[in-house]
Amino acid sequence: MDLIAQLAWGPSGWGDELAAGTMLTVSLALATLPFGLAIGLLVALGKTSGEKSLQTAANVYTTIFRGLPELLTLLIVYYGGQIVLQQIFALFTDAYVEVNGFVAGMVALGLVFSAFSSEVFASAFKGIPAGQPEAALALGLTRWQAFRLVTLPQLIRLSIGGLSNLWLILLKETSLVSVIALNDLLRNTNVAVGSTKQPLFFYSVALLIYLVLSLISAKGLGAIEDHVKRGERRVA
Amino acid sequence: MSETTAPFIEAQSPPPGAVRKWTLPRIAGSALCGVWIAIGAGLVWSLFGAFDPDVFFKYMPRMAEGLLVTTQLVVFSIFFGGLLAIPLALARMSSSAVVQGLAFGYVYFFRGTPLLGQMFLLYYGAGQFVDGLEALNLWWFFREAYNCVLLTFVLNTTAYQAEIYKTAIESIPRGQREAAETLGLKKGLTFWKIIFPQAMITALRPLGNEIILMIKGSAVASLVTVFDLMGATKLAFSRTFDFNVYIWAAIIYFTIVEALRRTWDWVEKRLTRHLVR
Repeated sequence: MDLIAQLAWGPSGWGDELAAGTMLTVSLALATLPFGLAIGLLVALGKTSGEKSLQTAANVYTTIFRGLPELLTLLIVYYGGQIVLQQIFALFTDAYVEVNGFVAGMVALGLVFSAFSSEVFASAFKGIPAGQPEAALALGLTRWQAFRLVTLPQLIRLSIGGLSNLWLILLKETSLVSVIALNDLLRNTNVAVGSTKQPLFFYSVALLIYLVLSLISAKGLGAIEDHVKRGERRVA
Repeated sequence: MSETTAPFIEAQSPPPGAVRKWTLPRIAGSALCGVWIAIGAGLVWSLFGAFDPDVFFKYMPRMAEGLLVTTQLVVFSIFFGGLLAIPLALARMSSSAVVQGLAFGYVYFFRGTPLLGQMFLLYYGAGQFVDGLEALNLWWFFREAYNCVLLTFVLNTTAYQAEIYKTAIESIPRGQREAAETLGLKKGLTFWKIIFPQAMITALRPLGNEIILMIKGSAVASLVTVFDLMGATKLAFSRTFDFNVYIWAAIIYFTIVEALRRTWDWVEKRLTRHLVR
């Protein structure tokens, strides 16, 4: 089959380009994750705090980034970020600034991810009885110790299911960065299609790669979930 | 009329309220609310300060048409996807391993790959088989990007909705089916009159989320030359470089999603009011 030959490594085939694209897709998703989780956790803390103004600020954040199409968020971050940075830089220098596509993708996907993860974390917080941190404080733990040793492990256990879903969504949403000229898996596939005129074959291969990535993630996340839930009593 | 003898007590001012101290969360919360207000003010300033009537009156009508296309795409795909999803959900629960496996494969493929990639596969892939499709007299359908996008959306949402219905149907206690069987009801009648209505109530919330996902996801249609709301916005931006068009689009999408979310919450509350204890 000469189609399979198209997937060869090196200058004659597209195998190495697709592999490079896959690498970028995975690294973008992995780079977004910690940032999305950290902001999501902070926003969730805001939502569950007793302070009204903090709750409002957190809810506004979630409502906005949950309500906009991811593609639009990405374009706004990419083009809007360009305009804002240009204006800030214009104050000091007349150098031309360009927004890095990877960073723009990370920020946009991170904003969306954190908006959704904050909901997951907030409902997980509600699942932890208030008596748990209170008991920890009564035993003389500091606030930070109480959070780290008592609240956090339970929080992870309660939110791992929801976060796993968000990761799978994030992995698929990285495909949107192909529109801002970032050489992810889908964009490299577009390039291959443009040159070989074999859309059916190459898009099928790309989708298959996404499918394999989802599959591996699902396996890995399942293992993590089993690990964090190892203390739970199994029924029957 | 006798005069009151009780001593007259002058109105007292209420006791002072508890002093709200400026704790760290309060400072942080106020600062963050301040940031949001500043961003909101900045947007208003950008929308009105840099308002360009030429751009507005030239492209707003196109964006309105785009909104209509977006609405059509979402309504059609949710409707047809829903019709296909019920048999698929039943196939997922089929006792035949082959049927079950095929249905699982379908759902796994469409849920495990990006919508954008599926759209490219169908749209550009169909272009590779012009002759074959012409022979089958189907080329008129695949020639239009709109049709390809709609078909992709239908196939995609079918997979998601099938999963929703499957979960909902499985959540109905087995006793319901058994009781119907004891009463001598036929299988079809049991499904449509007993299982399905109850399952739909459970499915209501995830279904609302799926519609919202579809509204937001439909923006990718703009990447294969369909002029939906996003497409019209991108066209306006590429011709004018007026960033405000993205803000208009954001406001329109946001309003629709929020309005739908709130309406859906209200409808769900209304439909499940008999379940509230």
